[in-house]
Amino acid sequence: MLTKTNEPVVQMRGIVKRFPGVVANARVDFDLQPGEIHTILGENGAGKTTLMKILYGLHAADEGEIRLRGKPVSFTSARDAIAQGMGMVHQHFMLVNPFSVADNIILGQPSSRKPLMDDPKLIHQRIRTLSEQYGLIVDPEVEVGKLSVGQQQRVEILKTLYRGAEILILDEPTAVLTPQEVADLLPILHRLTEEGKSIVFISHKLDEVLKVSERITVLRDGEVVGVTPASDVNKADLARMMVGRDVILKVAKEPAQPKEARLQLTDVWVDSDRGLPALRGLNIEVRAGEILGIAGVAGNGQSELEETIAGLRKVKSGQITICDHDTTRSTPRDVGRFGLAHVPSDRYKMGLLPDFSVAENMFLQRIGESPFTQRGVLDWKAIHQQAQGLINAFNVRGATVNTPAASLSGGNAQKMILARELDRKPQVLIAAQPTRGLDVSAIEYVHSQLVEQRDAGLAILLISTELDEILALSDRIAVMYEGEIMGIVDAADADIDDIGLMMTGSKPTNGQTRGTL
Amino acid sequence: MTQEQTEAINTGQTESRNRALWRALGPPVIGAVIGFVIGALLILMAGANVQEAYTAMLRGAFGGSRQITETVLKAAPLLLVGLGLTVAFRARVWNIGGEGQFFVGALIGAVIALNFPDWPRPLLLSIMLLGGVVGGMLWAMLAGVMKIKWGVSEIISTLMFNYIAILLVQYMARGPLQEPGGYLPQSAQFVPEARLPLLFDSRIHAGVILAVILVAVVYGLLWATPLGFRLRMVGSRSSVARYAGVSVEKSILFVMAFSGGLIGLAGIIEVSTQLTRLKGDISGGFGFAGILVALLGRMHPLGVAIASILFAALIIGSESMHVVSGLPNSLADAIQAVIVLSVLAVDALARRRQK
Ligand SMILES: Nc1ncnc2c1ncn2[C@@H]1O[C@H](COP(=O)(O)OP(=O)(O)O)[C@@H](O)[C@H]1O
Ligand SMILES: [Mg+2]
Repeated sequence: MLTKTNEPVVQMRGIVKRFPGVVANARVDFDLQPGEIHTILGENGAGKTTLMKILYGLHAADEGEIRLRGKPVSFTSARDAIAQGMGMVHQHFMLVNPFSVADNIILGQPSSRKPLMDDPKLIHQRIRTLSEQYGLIVDPEVEVGKLSVGQQQRVEILKTLYRGAEILILDEPTAVLTPQEVADLLPILHRLTEEGKSIVFISHKLDEVLKVSERITVLRDGEVVGVTPASDVNKADLARMMVGRDVILKVAKEPAQPKEARLQLTDVWVDSDRGLPALRGLNIEVRAGEILGIAGVAGNGQSELEETIAGLRKVKSGQITICDHDTTRSTPRDVGRFGLAHVPSDRYKMGLLPDFSVAENMFLQRIGESPFTQRGVLDWKAIHQQAQGLINAFNVRGATVNTPAASLSGGNAQKMILARELDRKPQVLIAAQPTRGLDVSAIEYVHSQLVEQRDAGLAILLISTELDEILALSDRIAVMYEGEIMGIVDAADADIDDIGLMMTGSKPTNGQTRGTL
Repeated sequence: MTQEQTEAINTGQTESRNRALWRALGPPVIGAVIGFVIGALLILMAGANVQEAYTAMLRGAFGGSRQITETVLKAAPLLLVGLGLTVAFRARVWNIGGEGQFFVGALIGAVIALNFPDWPRPLLLSIMLLGGVVGGMLWAMLAGVMKIKWGVSEIISTLMFNYIAILLVQYMARGPLQEPGGYLPQSAQFVPEARLPLLFDSRIHAGVILAVILVAVVYGLLWATPLGFRLRMVGSRSSVARYAGVSVEKSILFVMAFSGGLIGLAGIIEVSTQLTRLKGDISGGFGFAGILVALLGRMHPLGVAIASILFAALIIGSESMHVVSGLPNSLADAIQAVIVLSVLAVDALARRRQK
C-alpha cells in the first residue's frame, strides 16, 4: 500500500483553462504521489490532455496553482518542466522518422563537448543501459521510421528517461497499440514505478485502467467527478462516473430472426494494392435480420473485403450479389442504388470530408436527389433541415449544421456517418471497425444502433479486429485468415479458443468431424 | 452550466468572429504593405522619388475614366482565366496550362474570323467565341485524358502543352495565317464584324460583361449545383468522393474542359477586341497571371473578381510609374512581382501557422 502521508510530487489546485467556446478544465485538482501510477480517465474532450499540457508547461492555466515536490512552480515552456524532471509522451508521437533512435533521443539535448556532438558510442551505451534497466528493448542505431508503433512509443519513453525524467506523463499511450503491445507495455510501467518514477497515465479504456493504476481521477466536461483507488471500483462504476449515467457495456439482444440472403460472395478472388492475392476464393452470405461478424487479425484481407463489396476494388474472379443484383463489376454508386450502405473502417480517408460542414457530410451520396436538389439546384434549406433532423435523431453532440466535420470528436463523427448511412434506408450494411477509437458511451450507442437495425431486418456485415466486439454483436462469426474464411460458427456456441486458433491460421477440428467420429 | 462558463463561451465566440475576419483580410493586407515597403527601397535605390512613383502608379490605374477603362480591360481576361482555374483548383486539379489554352482559343477563333469574314455578324461572333471555347477545352482535356489514362501529372503536361500552343501560334502568325504581303508575324486585321461590340461609348466591350456574368455562373456552379458539390468533394478528398459514388475521372475531365473553355474564351475575346488580329505574342502572360489571380482570390469567384482588378491595376500602374517617374521598365516589373510575392508569401505563412 502507498504511504499517503508522503508529500505528493505533483499538486494541481483549482486549475481553470478556457478555450474559445469551451471550458476545458474547470477548477481541477490533481495529486500525484511518489511511485504511483495515477490514471486520468475521461471521455474524449473531457480535458485530460489540456490538464497535462498545463502541468508540462505547454499551456498556461487561466487560474490555479501547481506545486512540484511542495514548491510552487510556473512553467512557461516544456523546457522548464523537463529541467524539473518531467517527461511527457504525447498522444501523437514527436519523432523524426529518418533519424536513428539515438539521434531522436539526444535531439535538443545539449552536448557535453560542444561544438562537437557527444560520442555516439557513449550515447548508444547509455541508451542500452536504460533500455535494459526498464525493459524498453529497442536498438539505438536503427531508423525510427522503420520501427513499429509500439517500438516508437518505447523510444518516446526512453527519450524522457534519458533526460532524467522522474515524473512521466503518458497521454493515451495504448490508443495506438495492438492488444499484444498493450500487454507488453503495462509491466514496463510497473517496472518504472518500482524504480521510483511516478506516472500519470491517460486512457479511456476501462480494462487496462483497472489493471495498471493505483488511483484514478475521473474527468467529465472539464470537471473532476471523483478520485478513487482502483481497487475500490469496477468497470461499471468507472463507466458511470465517466459518462454520468449507467452504461450498458454489453448490448442485450434477442436471437436473430434471419430471412432471405441479401449479400452473397461466391468464390471471390481479389488482389491487394501490391498485386498479391488478398481474398482467396471467399464465400460468405449475409441474410436479412442477422449480423455476420468477420473476425481476424488486422491485415488478413479485411479492408480488401470491405472495399470489394463497396465497389471500390476490382474483382478478379467470382461473383457478388446484393439483393439479387449481380454487383461483381458495379461502381460504388450502383451498389448504393441496389441497397448497400457502408460505414468505412477509415473514417478520415473514406467516411467524411473534414472541411465540409456536418450538413454537407450527411448527404454526400444523395446530394443530387430530391429534396436536396430541386430542378437542378441545391436546396440548402432542405439540406439543413434534414441534417438537423439527423443530428437530433442520432444525438451528434457538438454539431450544428454548419460545423465543419473536422471539429467533431471521433464518436460524434462516427454518429454522423452512421446517421448518413442508415438514413439511406439500406438493405445491407457493411460496418467496418465501427467503434475504433471511440469512448464507452459512443461504443454503447453504435452497438445498440446496430442491433436495433438488425432487429428491423437489416443484413449487417460486421468487420472488426476487436474480438470482444465480434462476440458481443454477431449472430454468426466467420474467421478470416490470409484472405480465406477458416470457418463459420454460430455465435451462440462459439468457442473462443477455436476462434483464436482459426485467427492464427489453423483449420478447426470442426464440429462435423467431431460429430461423425 | 455556471454563469462563468456561459460568459466564457460568449466572449469566446465574439473573439473567434473577429479572428475569422482578421484571418481572411489580415495576411494579404500585411503582405501588400511589406511588398510596397520593399518596392519603396527598390525605388530609392534607383534614385527616384518614392511618393512620386507610387502616386503615378495609383493615378495610372485609377486616376480617371480612361485609366479605369484600361484597368478594366486588363482585368477582364485575368478574371476569365482566374474563374476557370478556380473551378479546376477547387477540384484540386492543377491546370497551369492557361497560357496554352488561351493561345489555342485565340487561334481557333482567329481562323474562323479570317476565313468567314462575310458571315453575318451575330453568327460570326458566336461561332468565333464558340471556337475559342472549344479550342481551349480540347487542349486542356488532352492533359486530363493523359492524367486519367496513364497517371501523367497534369502539372507537367499542361505546362508542356503551353509551349506547344505558343509555338504553334507563332508559326501560324508567321506562316499560314500571316497577312498577305505583310512583314510582321501577324495576321490580317479582322473585319469589323469579327470584333465584339463596344459599350457605353467607351472601349469597354461585351467580353467584360460576359466575364462579370460568369462570376455569378461559377459561383452558382460551385455552391448551388450538385455537380459543383461533387467537384468540391473531389477537391476535398478524392478517396471520400470515390467512396460516395463520385466518378473522380469524369470530374477531372469536366474541370479541365471547363477551365480550358473559359480560358479559350478569354483568348478569343482578347484578339477580337484588343488586338483585332492574331499575333505571334498575344497574351502578355494572362494564362500564368490567372493562376495567381485564382489563388489570391482564394478560389472564390468574388475574391477572384477583386484580385483580377487589383492585379490589373498593378500592371497598368507600374507601366505609368515607368513612364512618369522614369523608373526602368524592368524595375517597375520587379516591384510588381515583389508585391504579388509578398502577398502570397504572407498568406501562405499565415495558413501554415493556423494548422
Ligand atoms: N488548442 C485548443 N484550442 C481550442 N480548444 C481546445 C484546444 N485544445 C483542446 N481544446 C478543447 O478543450 C476540450 C478538452 O480537450 P482535451 O484536453 O484534448 O480532451 P481529452 O484529452 O480529454 O480528450 C475539448 O472540448 C477540446 O475541443
Ligand atoms: Mg487527449
